[in-house]
Amino acid sequence: MKSAVVTFPASNCDRDMFDGIEKVTGQKPHAIWHQDTEIPNVDLIALPGGFSFGDYLRCGAMAARSPAIRAILEHANRGGYVIGVCNGFQVLTEMGLLPGALMRNKSLKFVCKTVHLKVENATSAFTNAYAPGQVIDIPVAHHDGNYFADDATLAALEDNNQIAFRYVNKDGIATEDANPNGSQHNIAGILNERGNILGMMPHPERFVEDAQGGSDGRGFFESIINTLN
Amino acid sequence: MTETKWNNNPEITDDLVKEHGLSADERELMNKILGRTPTLTELGIFSVMWSEHCSYKSSKKHLKTLPTKAPWVIHGPGENAGVIDIGDNQAAIFKMESHNHPSYIEPYQGAATGVGGILRDVFTMGARPIANMNALRFGSPDHKKTRHLLSGVVEGIGGYGNCVGVPTVGGETNFHPSYDGNILVNAMAVGLADQDKIFLSAAAGVGNPVIYVGSKTGRDGIHGATMASAEFTEDSEEKRPTVQVGDPFTEKLLIEACIELMSTDMVVAIQDMGAAGLTSSSVEMASGGGVGFTLNLDMVPQREEHMTPYEMMLSESQERMLVVLKPDRVKEAEAIFHKWDLDFAVIGQITDSGNLTLKWQGDVVADIPTQPLADNSPEYDRPWVKTDAPDVINAKNVAAPNDIGAALLKIVGSPNLCSREWIWQQYDHQVMADTIQLPGGDAAVVRVHNTNKALAISTDCTPRYCYADPFEGGKQAVAETWRNVTAVGAQPMAITDCLNFGNPERPDIMGQFVGAIDGLREACTVLDYPVISGNVSLYNETNGTGIHPTPAIGGVGLLQDSSKMVTIAPKNDGEEIILIGETNGHIGCSEYLSVIEGREEGAPPPVDLHLEKKNGDFVRAQIQNGNVKACHDISDGGLFIALAEMTMASGKGMDISLNTGDIPMHAYGFGEDQARYVISTSCENAAAIMENAQKAGVRTEKIGTVGGKTLDVKDTFTISVDELLDAHASWMPNYMSSEV
Repeated sequence: MKSAVVTFPASNCDRDMFDGIEKVTGQKPHAIWHQDTEIPNVDLIALPGGFSFGDYLRCGAMAARSPAIRAILEHANRGGYVIGVCNGFQVLTEMGLLPGALMRNKSLKFVCKTVHLKVENATSAFTNAYAPGQVIDIPVAHHDGNYFADDATLAALEDNNQIAFRYVNKDGIATEDANPNGSQHNIAGILNERGNILGMMPHPERFVEDAQGGSDGRGFFESIINTLN
Repeated sequence: MTETKWNNNPEITDDLVKEHGLSADERELMNKILGRTPTLTELGIFSVMWSEHCSYKSSKKHLKTLPTKAPWVIHGPGENAGVIDIGDNQAAIFKMESHNHPSYIEPYQGAATGVGGILRDVFTMGARPIANMNALRFGSPDHKKTRHLLSGVVEGIGGYGNCVGVPTVGGETNFHPSYDGNILVNAMAVGLADQDKIFLSAAAGVGNPVIYVGSKTGRDGIHGATMASAEFTEDSEEKRPTVQVGDPFTEKLLIEACIELMSTDMVVAIQDMGAAGLTSSSVEMASGGGVGFTLNLDMVPQREEHMTPYEMMLSESQERMLVVLKPDRVKEAEAIFHKWDLDFAVIGQITDSGNLTLKWQGDVVADIPTQPLADNSPEYDRPWVKTDAPDVINAKNVAAPNDIGAALLKIVGSPNLCSREWIWQQYDHQVMADTIQLPGGDAAVVRVHNTNKALAISTDCTPRYCYADPFEGGKQAVAETWRNVTAVGAQPMAITDCLNFGNPERPDIMGQFVGAIDGLREACTVLDYPVISGNVSLYNETNGTGIHPTPAIGGVGLLQDSSKMVTIAPKNDGEEIILIGETNGHIGCSEYLSVIEGREEGAPPPVDLHLEKKNGDFVRAQIQNGNVKACHDISDGGLFIALAEMTMASGKGMDISLNTGDIPMHAYGFGEDQARYVISTSCENAAAIMENAQKAGVRTEKIGTVGGKTLDVKDTFTISVDELLDAHASWMPNYMSSEV
């Protein structure tokens, strides 16, 4: 699998994403600097977590206007795979590649903890290694992960099976207590309609070996390998 | 030197000197060093360099007595941070520092810039920061400012650390009325470097360029070091403008740019601009290398208009560094900083004069010999009186509670022992993907990236012990970090200390300081656990009331094989529980006495350091040879709290049966005797452990087994794990969400 990870100023999970992809796929991703206008021909582009440009404006808004964005858009429009994790998800919504927005957490506080996710769509390019309805453990770490979209958009996401992951309790039920940030419909990650772009707040790249506290993130990268094969 | 260059300079009056915090003797010494009266800029420079914060004038006589050497110590105190050898040409670099005064005045920015400052101390030396820790003390929960301060400090630490992408992996938080007017915010950073890529601050090479990189200089933080060297009064709120404002985004860029710069061979010396900003960085670099600096202040990147030399030299604007480069490498270095959108300016060069010479708008505005400025700073032997030894409280004179189980629930849910999850969930403790033991255990553990090694880190101090008996309290603070690092299976290597005390001009406070240092020295010596960096924060007083003496210790240990690490959570039903160490029911100065009886009195538990070493070395060996499933040290709240914490961490109950001899059960269970651990182990390994203990002369006792859903102490109490968890988890979120 040929992949690349984009680094914006103050991306801070870029190294984790490089390592996570390499550990699971055995292949080292290319590095894309936010000012690169030409990017390598890859299967997957990953936008990592962090605080691009300090997130002093709307999270991801500055990064979504970086010089590298045009080439990433072209890759996405060609049907190339794109994932955005945490800040990367915020960038994808700011780029207009995914609907909705990520607002400040309902608690108004940063939250870092391991949450249970239910795999709602186990057929996508990014989730096919999981079983439908499987409950997996993945950490979140964000201040602005409260997913919001208007009712029509939410209905469309539900109808089109675009909700990849939902925050649930250990029994797989989407409760208010299980929702770490107040996201509508307990949404943790969504796909675009075409299914080649995924944004999610939780960090699968942090959970790829047991020593890290869990390895449920591996399935995420394994899914992409399955898809490409 | 001509007369004209001192024109346009205000007269240096007695009042002006006094405002700058210099005594008559210090003024005389300053004039003697200069051979004349100072300019205003020079007065400002002397004032900050000789402030308590920068000069350690009250403490250095005593600090010199601390053990700082060991074969594995590469750099001890005196550099930006201490450096130890962790094998394979790698080094761990760490330091803890206070940011108390600013955090009280403006908690978010005070705490945030405390984190930023300590990170710079570490990456200045060539390290990539890999972990943040902290030690926090707040006033009574009933005090009207405590919620606001706790909330702001935690958000500030998180806001900065989360953005720069360095995990905040642990720490400690206490509440006590002695901190009502002076909270303590001590931040620790740990970094990792290759031993042949460690950078120091001593400048060299006459003619080499001096470069300013990072953020622009503004008027924030002017006189921060002086503020940190005075007591608070009612008008301290007015000092808000002297609190610095942090920009973690720039810090993140600065980390990456500096690491990129230091991967080349362009750098001669590098120093961050911390307290006293451009002044202390340039003086330390020049005096450290025995050279002079000529700086052209017109070249300093400035954020505000019409800044004076005085303001530029005393500004504590954040995220700035001073670098001496090899002369032909300026363009290459500049390209790195421009790539990261950071300011880069050649502001001067190294001279052979030995002086710090400052030019501004064509004039020389300061010309100070740096060696005497740095090295002849005042040193005081302040008078001190020994703290009276408190009486030892006999457990038999402390009435038993009606219900020991109810007492346990109360203590487990008390402000000082309840869950800190509300705090650490606001810190990204997993970024960098190497955190293998999360907050909530004995020590945080982070892997050394791409190796099998890991570092264990713990910050500890028990201020109520230090207040009752500074010597025993000092020993205990060191011993507790050593024990915590041991309890995860690591070999303790070295400590950093952050010594927070009241006004040293008061002999009783100075006596606390001297007593604590004596305790630190003895513990570090016996445990072979040297001090490699640290910081002193004095004048933590408001209107004449001092804090409890708080020598916070940050300990670091090495796990050669991170897969051998254990946590406090037993793994399987049926595991045997073994108590290690001597239990004497020492109830004086305990959490039990404070929470249940409302009494803070009596001698703290004595620390037998040789016993501490023997028991700890034994426990570590058992963990290393794979015999141990879980391990927890016994500290605040005693054996019952340790058992309750293990139960809550695993969700598994325990059946415990105690042979208390003639010690009352409440003293046996809640007493805080030192040098103790609880371990769980498989039945097969239990026998081996008991046999090894006998050979080593270590007291061990099987006290029960893991299983069920209750913590059951025979003939004493039965409490469900869920009930413990509820009591433990609820206090802090309820407190923080309730009305003042």
